[in-house]
Amino acid sequence: MEGKVSFLPATASAYAGEMNWLFAGLIATSVFILLLVFGLMIVFCVRYRKGSGADRGDRMKKTWRVEVAWTAATFVLFMGLYAWGANLYIELHRPPLDATDIHVVGKQWMWKVEHPGGQKEIDALHVPVGRPVRLVLSSEDVIHDFAIPAFRIRQDAVPGRYETLWFTPTEVGDYRLFCAEFCGTDHARMGGTVTVMEPGDFQRWLDEQGSTESLAQEGAALFRQFGCSGCHGAASTVHAPPLEGLFGRPVPLASGETAMADDRYIRDSILMPRAQVAAGYPPIMPSFAGQIGEDELLKIVAYIKSLGTKERPAR
Amino acid sequence: MTTATFTGKAEQPTRGAQASYLTAEGFTLRSWLLTKDHKRIAILYTISITLFFFVGGAAATLIRFNLVTPPGLFQPDTYNRLFTMHGIVMVWFFLIPSIPTTMGNFLIPLMIGAKDLAFPRLNLLSWYLFVIAGVLGLVAIFAGGVDTGWTFYTPFSTMYSNGYVVLALAAVFVSGFSSILTGLNFIVSIHRLRAPGLTWYRLPVFCWSNYATALILVLATPILAITLALVAVERLLKVGIFDPALGGDPLLFQHLFWFYSHPAVYIMILPGFGVISEIVPCFARKPLFGYKFVVWSSIAIAGIGFFVWAHHMFVAGISLYAGLVFSLLSYIIAVPSAIKVFNWTATLHKGWISFDAPMLYALGFIGLFTIGGLTGLFVANLAFDVHATDTYFVVAHFHYIMVGGMVSAYFGGLHYWWPKITGRLYPEWWARIAAILIFFGFNLTFFPQFILGYLGMQRRYASYPPEFQIWNVLSSAGASILAVGYALPLFYLGWSLWRGKKAGPNPWAATGLEWRTPSPPPPHNFDVTPTVTRPPYQYRPDPEPQDV
Ligand code: HEC
Ligand SMILES: [Cu+2]
Ligand SMILES: [Cu+2]
Repeated sequence: MEGKVSFLPATASAYAGEMNWLFAGLIATSVFILLLVFGLMIVFCVRYRKGSGADRGDRMKKTWRVEVAWTAATFVLFMGLYAWGANLYIELHRPPLDATDIHVVGKQWMWKVEHPGGQKEIDALHVPVGRPVRLVLSSEDVIHDFAIPAFRIRQDAVPGRYETLWFTPTEVGDYRLFCAEFCGTDHARMGGTVTVMEPGDFQRWLDEQGSTESLAQEGAALFRQFGCSGCHGAASTVHAPPLEGLFGRPVPLASGETAMADDRYIRDSILMPRAQVAAGYPPIMPSFAGQIGEDELLKIVAYIKSLGTKERPAR
Repeated sequence: MTTATFTGKAEQPTRGAQASYLTAEGFTLRSWLLTKDHKRIAILYTISITLFFFVGGAAATLIRFNLVTPPGLFQPDTYNRLFTMHGIVMVWFFLIPSIPTTMGNFLIPLMIGAKDLAFPRLNLLSWYLFVIAGVLGLVAIFAGGVDTGWTFYTPFSTMYSNGYVVLALAAVFVSGFSSILTGLNFIVSIHRLRAPGLTWYRLPVFCWSNYATALILVLATPILAITLALVAVERLLKVGIFDPALGGDPLLFQHLFWFYSHPAVYIMILPGFGVISEIVPCFARKPLFGYKFVVWSSIAIAGIGFFVWAHHMFVAGISLYAGLVFSLLSYIIAVPSAIKVFNWTATLHKGWISFDAPMLYALGFIGLFTIGGLTGLFVANLAFDVHATDTYFVVAHFHYIMVGGMVSAYFGGLHYWWPKITGRLYPEWWARIAAILIFFGFNLTFFPQFILGYLGMQRRYASYPPEFQIWNVLSSAGASILAVGYALPLFYLGWSLWRGKKAGPNPWAATGLEWRTPSPPPPHNFDVTPTVTRPPYQYRPDPEPQDV
């Protein structure tokens, strides 16, 4: 990762491999246009310099044909490049269903990473090779941006919401990780290393972290601590929706719309309960904005996600 | 030649001691500070923005100095203030006013055969607002600086920055009014004050480009003003607008900011297109190829430019569909820019090309703008931008447009019209040396930044991983050449003010009404209102002035 002069970044994911082709395509197009324009400019400048004897008779008169021709040609070329890039971008927005979720919280000036098993790391991310990973990004203060050039991906971590980013590493190794959105004094130092490991090594690494509880278990404790269970628990007398079987399903809202119960929905339900009220329930849930930190929030969300596989009790 | 263009009585430069705009109102400071003459106001602007160019340039020098070694030479907070200052000063106090307020102010009335702009007093007010804004900006800088970057992203700027944010916002806010007044003045003047016979399609492209620019200035700047005011409100009164902790939305700020700042990119480049479209035909001794296409591509750019803003936000958390639409529109707006490059190139075909300094700058402009434009196709590309946004690739891309393009055009125009403005010729060889130094210095400074960005060096980094050093060192080396290139004109142009040869009314044998009056022009530009009977750029290979 250090040393020698490099012209191109490492290619360490399947997507990065596809990006290399796109880059090559863009370079080829540019070189073609550059050669054409610069070539013509140089030829004209030499041939038609003042005082040269070159023939200037019979100049182009009707210009609109030429104009239409080169306008159309550029347009078609540009649309091709557009479609190519758009196609890859769509891929970036469609994480595979079996991806492992890893939570990443940005704060001035560090990245806090929490694995589903409860393992935590700071300014480092360990992932197994060949397995899709989905990062759920949030921020505790300002906007940060989680960038891994070797994977050719990045995503802003915006306070107040969850953003996601996914990749499948293909090469074992250490790669740089940066904060790419200016976030204050130590913005340039807010980075670290992404370590891609063989699955066996990765498992060993997870075990060595010696985490006692998984994220969801920690979340379950917080769920009681913040009094959520008082309303949402099975023994509750309050008319509140059960959270079992919620995650990943459509939720009918009081407004008549339907929302998808994803990370963002659950997060918003906790911080801004009035924004999207579940149909059939009174809007009595208090907002927890300002009371639950990002770290705790992602644990609670992990807990509610873990309930997603359970049967929805009839209440 | 039988190419009589104007029926108005031609001015004879040799005739008696007629007072020029430089002397007619006297030499006192008062006569300058209270002038309503567009030409004098243009000079006031030129002096002001030159000052800011060197302030912004000094910051750039320190930035490149800091980046020579990976750990950086300054404290991160100092560095963050430097690039913020560089950005704010260069964008709002040099690039945006650059060509419109100097050459635009000076030339538009001359080119349309008018005595002045439509509202001379507003024109002076606009300069005073600019000065007030500039002073506010300088106070913010010297009181301790701002560390938000020129983009003022929230919630950093509203809640976390500890710089003089509100003062800087106020500076930009006030400068916006100066922009609006200038834009308004241009639009009204071009509509109302054209000389008899000067139909829209006989208008020089320089006027068209400034007209398109003025439209953007008038339509987009108010959005910036409101946005910055909201940032100040949130920062001072803690009203939740952009900060999610207060119930605001940080992306709302980005949408509003780029809704101004993308069109602002065209404020910074369209006038440059205008300058190049004047210079190329003159030194190729040929009419501009595809005049109407060049004109309408400027208008198209000004229009479509309002609908591409979210291409700055592909990784900021906008939806997939928003990304798809904004990328598509960004590719579409690249078409009219390409058309211009093709037309300038075609203008060279079968011309009688000479290579005086303005032409060297113009050719440099075309080259650098083409590279800037082509790399624009990279960053407009959704997937590519995910990798490249907020890296040095983007930094290099927009410097190719703004500095390689706009600043080259500014210098090209300055040399081209220098004889008209001052009545003196500049020393040709020095000017050519400067043009060539700037071209090579520029490429050495910014080309390595493309490589750096693609490798993964992020923007606004006070320190960086050691593997990026070699490219940073090359870039800094280029910057020192560039600095010499930019400083040179200060000396030889300054020298020419006293020692330069007298220029005469039309040293380039150029067409266009501005060349039909003495250099420097009299206070009211023309003794007799000229009449126009032909399209612009009716050049013939003959080196004699053709329009007598
Ligand atoms: C005072 C009782 C009460 C408390 C305490 C409470 N909730 Fe709720 N919650 C409700 C009610 C009632 C609803 C349904 C109306 C709505 O959507 O606002 C709800 C809705 C939700 C939803 C959306 C469920 C759906 O089906 O759409 C989630 C998720 C949720 N709560 C999580 C939490 C968490 C996590 C906590 C603790 C931090 C919590 N709640 C604390 C009463 C409560
Ligand atoms: Cu950061
Ligand atoms: Cu833009």
